[in-house]
Amino acid sequence: MAEAALLRWRNDPEQTAPAVPLADYQPGGIAVRLAPDDDARLLIPHLGSLRRIDLEFPKFRDGRGYSSAAILREAGFAHEIRAVGDVQVDQLAFLRRAGIDAVAPNRPIDLGVAERTLARFAHVYMPAADRRQPVWAKRG
Amino acid sequence: MYRYDEYDQAIVDARVAEFRDQVARRLNNEISEDAFKPLRLMNGLYLQLHAYMLRVAIPYGTLDSRQMRMLAYIARRYDRGYGHFTTRQNIQYNWIKLAEAPDLLAELATVEMHAFQTSGNCIRNISSDQFAAAAADEIADPRPYAELLRQWSTLHPEFSFLPRKFKIAVTGSNIDRAAIQLHDIGLQLVRGETGEIGLKVLVGGGMGRTPMLAPVIREYLPVADFLSYMQAVLRVYNRHGRRDNIYKARIKILVNDLGAEEFARQVEEEWALVKPLGLDPPASELARIAAHFQPPALAADAPVDIDLSDPAFAKWVAVNTHPHKVPGHAIVTISLKAPGEIPGDASAAQMDLIADLAERYAQDEIRVTHAQNLVLPHVRRADLFALWQALAGAGLATANLDHASDIIACPGLDYCTLANARSIPIAQKLAVMLAPQESDLGELKIKVSGCINGCGHHHAGHIGILGVDRRGDENYQLLLGGSGAEDASLAKILGAGFDENGIVAAVATVVDVYKTLRTGPEERFLDTYRRVGPAPFKEAVYG
Amino acid sequence: MPRLLTGNRLETGDVLWWSGSGWSLHLKDAVDVDADGEALLAQLVPQERISDLALIDADVTPSGWRPRSTRERVRAVGPSVRPDLALPSLPVEAI
Repeated sequence: MAEAALLRWRNDPEQTAPAVPLADYQPGGIAVRLAPDDDARLLIPHLGSLRRIDLEFPKFRDGRGYSSAAILREAGFAHEIRAVGDVQVDQLAFLRRAGIDAVAPNRPIDLGVAERTLARFAHVYMPAADRRQPVWAKRG
Repeated sequence: MYRYDEYDQAIVDARVAEFRDQVARRLNNEISEDAFKPLRLMNGLYLQLHAYMLRVAIPYGTLDSRQMRMLAYIARRYDRGYGHFTTRQNIQYNWIKLAEAPDLLAELATVEMHAFQTSGNCIRNISSDQFAAAAADEIADPRPYAELLRQWSTLHPEFSFLPRKFKIAVTGSNIDRAAIQLHDIGLQLVRGETGEIGLKVLVGGGMGRTPMLAPVIREYLPVADFLSYMQAVLRVYNRHGRRDNIYKARIKILVNDLGAEEFARQVEEEWALVKPLGLDPPASELARIAAHFQPPALAADAPVDIDLSDPAFAKWVAVNTHPHKVPGHAIVTISLKAPGEIPGDASAAQMDLIADLAERYAQDEIRVTHAQNLVLPHVRRADLFALWQALAGAGLATANLDHASDIIACPGLDYCTLANARSIPIAQKLAVMLAPQESDLGELKIKVSGCINGCGHHHAGHIGILGVDRRGDENYQLLLGGSGAEDASLAKILGAGFDENGIVAAVATVVDVYKTLRTGPEERFLDTYRRVGPAPFKEAVYG
Repeated sequence: MPRLLTGNRLETGDVLWWSGSGWSLHLKDAVDVDADGEALLAQLVPQERISDLALIDADVTPSGWRPRSTRERVRAVGPSVRPDLALPSLPVEAI
C-alpha cells in the first residue's frame, strides 16, 4: 500500500518556504498559514506576492477551510492552497472541488484509495473552484 | 414527479459504490470506527441500541407506488418487516446490518432513491408541504424549488462539514404545513409587485435545546438568484457559526447573537461577492425540473356529491380529507396513528397496499407528512368510499387527523441511543385514553420527544412532552402552547416533571381544564390556552 | 455491584454480552467482569471489532441479571413496544 505525506496536484515546483501564521505575515511574504478562524479575505491585498497558502484543518469536522479556499480562488489566487492537518482520504473530493490542490495530512493517506475517491464522481451538481461543469450546464 | 436523468442516476450509483468502498475498508479494519462513523452518518446509517438504523431520504416527502413497493421490499428483505416514517418526511429501518447496507442502497438506487446526507453536519433532506400541487391555497408547487435545492446541496464541496446539521423547508402556501419558522432556513413562495414568483427567506428557526422561531431576513428573493443567495447564507454560517459548543452550533444561535438585521446584512454583503460567480443555473433548469411536476390531468367535472350515509365513512371524510384545488377531488391523509399502535410505523404489507391504492386511486402519488402520516394527494371524491374500505381492512382508516390520538412521537429509548426516556409508550397510552373523546376536543396536537434534541417536536405541540433522565429513571416534562403552523409559537414548560403514569394523568387533567374553560366547541385547545394562559392549567395539575 | 461488559457487533450491530471467553447474544450468558472490566476494555477497544463497548451495572435477581438502567434493559430485551421481537432475556414488562 503506497502512502504519501504530501499529495500535490500541481505541475509547478513545490514552494518550500515555511508558512508563517497570519499574525506574523509581512507584506511581500510568499507563504502564509491560516487557522480556521482567520479571515481569508485579509490576504486579498497580498495575493500578488503569495505563492502558497496553507489552511489548517485541526479536526476534519472543522469545515471552515473549505470556505477559506473557495474565497481565495474566487479572488483569483492561482498558486498552491494546501490543506494541512487532520485530512482524511474520504474528504479529498470535497477539498479538491473547493480549490485545494495540495494536502499534507498528519496521518499518511493510501494513494490507491485516494485515486479511487477522486475518480468516483463523473458529474457534479454545482459549480465550484475547480471549474468543473455542473450537470445543469451539461443538460443545457 | 421528478425522474432522474442519466446524470442524477450516475451520481446516486457512484455514491453507492463509494459507500461500498467505505464499508469494506471498515470491515477490513483499514479504518477505525472513529474515522468511519462520520462516513456512515453522511449516508444515514446510525448504530442504535439494538442494531444499525438506516434513514432513507424521501425528498420533500414525495413517493410513487414503485418506490413505496421498494420500501416494503426492503422492510422484508433487510429489516423485520416494518419501517418508521419520521418527522423529516423520511423513513427509518431499525434492524439493518452494516455488511448488507451497500446492497440495500444499490436496490434503492434502482428506484431513484438514496440516503444522501440524512445525517451528519450537512444540508439534510429538503422538506416541503405534503399537500403540494393539490391544495387550493397554494401560490405554486414548492417541489421544483426543493428539487433544485436537493441537487445543489448534494455533496456540496463547501458545505459538507458545517458546524451542525442544517434543515431547509419550502412551502408554496400561506397555510404553513411545513413548519418553515422552525427550520434553519424556511422558504415561502410569494408573489412580488409585478406578480412574479419569488421566495421569502426565513433563517434561524429550530427546536432542540434552544428553540427559536426564524426571523425573515429577506421578504422577496428573485428565483433567478435563489442558489447564489443560499450560497451566501450557508457561507456566513459555515465561517461564523460556533464550533466550540455543540449545543450552540446551529445557525439559530448565530442569527440570534448577531441579530436578524446584522445577519441579513452579512448575507447581503457575501451575496454581492458570490452573485457574479455563475452559481445560479439558467431559468431553463428550473423549467426542466418544474416540467416533472405538472399537475395530473384531473377531470374538473368529476362528481362532488357522494353518499355519506355510512357514519364511520362520513367521519373519516370529514376528518381525514381536505379540499382539492380541482372540484370533485380530495386530498386524503392516511393516519399511521391507530390508537395503541406505534406512531409512524407501517408494516411491509401496509406499504404494499398503500402503493396499490395510490396507483389505483391517486395518480400514483404518495406523500409523507412531518406528522408521520401518509397522504394520497389526488383522489376522486367518487372513489373515496372504495379507498376507505380498502384502508379500513388494513387498519389504516383511523379518522383522527390533527386530533388528540394523532400524536407525533420520536423512536425514543425503545430504539434510539441518544434518548433519555421512552416516547412511544407515552404516545400509545395517551392515544388510547383520549381517542374516545377526541371528536369533542377538536384539533389537538400532542408531540412527544424522548430527549432534548426534540425529534418529536415537543416545542411545537399544543401539548408537548419531553422525556428526560432523572437519576436513571424516565421522567417527563409537560409543555403547553406550541404550534408549528402559520401561527407558530414555542410551548412552555408548565412545572415539575412526572413519571410515566403521572404524565398521562397530567395530560388528562389539562384536557379537562380545557373543556371547562373553552368558550365553545369551536375554540381549539391552543386558542383557549393562548386566551387564559398557563395559570389555570398549572393550578389544576400541581394544586 | 456486578458489572457486565457489553457492546454491538460491527458487522450486524447486534447487542452482545461478554460471557467470559467470548460474546453472547443473550444476557443470561453474561459474566460479572468485576475488576477485570478495564483490562478487557483496554484489550478489546483497539481491536475495533465491537462498537460502543461499555461496562454496565447490573443486579443479581432470582431470574438472572437485571441491568440497572432502563437503557440497558431495553438493549437486553429489544424495544419494549415490540414484545413480538423480544429476546428471551427479561420479561418485556420488566423494562
